[in-house]
Amino acid sequence: MAEIRKIKVGTASCGLAAGAGAVLDFFRDHAGVEIEEVGCIGHCYAEPLVEVVTDAGSVFYRDVKGEQACLDNILALGETGRLEVSPSRRKYEMLKVTRLAGRICPTSFDAYVAEGGYGALKKALTMTAAEVVDEVKRSGLRGRGGGGFPTGMKWQFLAAKQAEKKILICNADEGDPGAFMDRSMMESVPHQVLEGMLIGAYATGADILFIYCRAEYPLAIKHIRIAIDQIREHGLDVVNGKKLDIIIKEGAGAFVCGEETALIASLEGRRGTPRFRPPFPTDRGWNDYPTSLNNVETFANIPLVIGEGGAAFAQVGTEKSKGTKLFALAGDLKYPGLIEVPMGTTIGEIVFEVGGADPDQVKAVQTGGPSGGCIPKELFDTPVDYDSLNALGAIMGSGGMIVIGTDRCMVETARYFLDFTHRESCGKCTFCRVGMMRMYETLERIVAGKGEMSDIDFLADLGPKIKKGSLCGLGQTAPNPVLATLRYYKNEYIEHVRDKRCAALVCNALVDVKLDPEKCVKCRLCIRNCAVGAISDDFVIDNAKCTRCNTCIDVCPKHAVARVEKGEGYYAE
Amino acid sequence: MSDKFAYLSSVERSRTYLIKGLQTVQAHDGYISDAAIEAIAAYFSVPPVDVEGVVSFYAQFKRTRPGKYKVAVCDGTACHIKGSISILEWVGTELGIKPGQTDRDGLFSLETVACLGCCSLAPVMSINGKVYGKLDRKGTVKILKEYRKNG
Ligand SMILES: Cc1cc2nc3c(=O)[nH]c(=O)nc-3n(C[C@H](O)[C@H](O)[C@H](O)COP(=O)(O)O)c2cc1C
Ligand code: FES
Repeated sequence: MAEIRKIKVGTASCGLAAGAGAVLDFFRDHAGVEIEEVGCIGHCYAEPLVEVVTDAGSVFYRDVKGEQACLDNILALGETGRLEVSPSRRKYEMLKVTRLAGRICPTSFDAYVAEGGYGALKKALTMTAAEVVDEVKRSGLRGRGGGGFPTGMKWQFLAAKQAEKKILICNADEGDPGAFMDRSMMESVPHQVLEGMLIGAYATGADILFIYCRAEYPLAIKHIRIAIDQIREHGLDVVNGKKLDIIIKEGAGAFVCGEETALIASLEGRRGTPRFRPPFPTDRGWNDYPTSLNNVETFANIPLVIGEGGAAFAQVGTEKSKGTKLFALAGDLKYPGLIEVPMGTTIGEIVFEVGGADPDQVKAVQTGGPSGGCIPKELFDTPVDYDSLNALGAIMGSGGMIVIGTDRCMVETARYFLDFTHRESCGKCTFCRVGMMRMYETLERIVAGKGEMSDIDFLADLGPKIKKGSLCGLGQTAPNPVLATLRYYKNEYIEHVRDKRCAALVCNALVDVKLDPEKCVKCRLCIRNCAVGAISDDFVIDNAKCTRCNTCIDVCPKHAVARVEKGEGYYAE
Repeated sequence: MSDKFAYLSSVERSRTYLIKGLQTVQAHDGYISDAAIEAIAAYFSVPPVDVEGVVSFYAQFKRTRPGKYKVAVCDGTACHIKGSISILEWVGTELGIKPGQTDRDGLFSLETVACLGCCSLAPVMSINGKVYGKLDRKGTVKILKEYRKNG
């Protein structure tokens, strides 16, 4: 049998949430081999995950438990519980930016260096600053935070500024609920993000580096903090002959603070309200100093760009979108997790081949989060690149990709996004503040079965006006989920309004709950668990009392209780 | 400034650190009291109304005292698709409170959050920062009962 060298336990947030902490403790006490903590390899569906490193290569185990039987199986390199990566996933994935994610200890400086880390920084320091900027331009790298602005150009603007101080900010706000690429990178390979920032500081002449990270990511903040201390210890924070100020700041829970001018306001200790551009941050940014912002993933690409050279980097991807892209896959699919594919891979390849979703069970995919739009299955041969997605009225966004199954209601989904965005509007622009509220109320009415046909036209009319009448990207994109669902799923809106019917049986106001006496075994579990006493002793559900909380459906061992269309259930007076 | 907030001196005294100051107070007291607003205003030499403005803008800051256990049910996109509304309902029933409320004993408070970054394990919730994934009704209720037992 192959000899075991060490066991790596994935302890990124996703792993810990699945119970990796207990695995780590148990293995440390009982395994008798070296145990190493690593980040996330992207196969989050299989957490807790461990990698057994042997002299004959690595074996991965999934759904690991901190129990003797599980450990014994792993130490014997047993066949059960191994992580099988499908050949189709292997075919489409291309691990470049995430090459080290989950493979090395995130808090070890030496581990990163042993894998060639900080080699790109060293190389950059032998070039002139202008050469570094040129290399980034040659790579065709575009911002991964959503806008897709060419990174080299942004850096050139900042480099050209003469000022007492220049600021470079890493946008780690990752506000799109359902996206976790940036979290994973910061938790798993924090040094790669910092290396990108240091190269950026050299190229642009920045003096202060900020990392603005959302507070919901405590582990990412911790790892970045440790990494900053380590680069200080090794003197890597001295660039262009001056010591850089590297400051990590925690966000405080506001989606709009991902927008660059709002983020800067927040960094100044103010309400995160966006402002009109121009002046652009490169002209007037943090405390009026010239400032440039880039996303976490953008920075994580920089060591690759410099390491392999811009021209080599540009070999991957499409004509206008270069390199690879990380996507956070979640929702109704078999293998939720983090993936990296070349730009230009089609949505279908990502969702079906990599994500393992069942084509018969998928209705659409939402890209770009609340600023994005849904893409129906019929259009899944669209390649993911900035321009193709824009053409569909969706956006690439930062890389959140939520698969929406056939049993979901698109009207409810649109309502959900509007619920989010109307609350996140900072209130500065009237169209965004009031218009979004009106759209939200209209959608609430429709899902409550109180909509009128004119409401549908109202939504279609108001959406574009909000987009035009808003200053920042929030208002300019927030109507997208509604407009996109109206475009592709108007029939669902019409059903809700005209027929008072939710075909997916999701909208509470349009469904009843019914118990099928044929299947019922009279175990009384439903009666005992009903919080409002809506189920009678002879097993009839009173829909007048029922709150549609799904508890009875969940507890019934015989699946005798189900949601049915409104009017099919029983109502006591 | 009253002695109660003396620990604020660990935060740099410049407007840029106002949010850090608020975060420090909240980490210490669990919420931002009226007295804290006054103390922070004095510390950073800004009007209290400015502090109040910042507090009300950011969802993170709480103006009421939370429970010993802060339960946050994720209603981010992935969790929403995976049925977070039912989870929220079940948690609410078990704890007897609605989002934004603290129970009478001050043991639990409940809120919703938009994404904890563990979307691949949706639906998820966190209790005092510890994240629980792949929730179903039974598991959720069991976790809460465990916390209640430990008091
Ligand atoms: C409402 C709104 C939210 C945003 N949220 C984020 C975010 O969470 N993370 C991010 O990197 N960019 C976000 N952006 C984009 C930023 O404004 C900015 O374009 C980006 O950070 C620039 O970096 P890049 O060029 O590397 O993409 C957001 C924009 C808007 C309008
Ligand atoms: S949506 Fe719930 S953790 Fe991301």
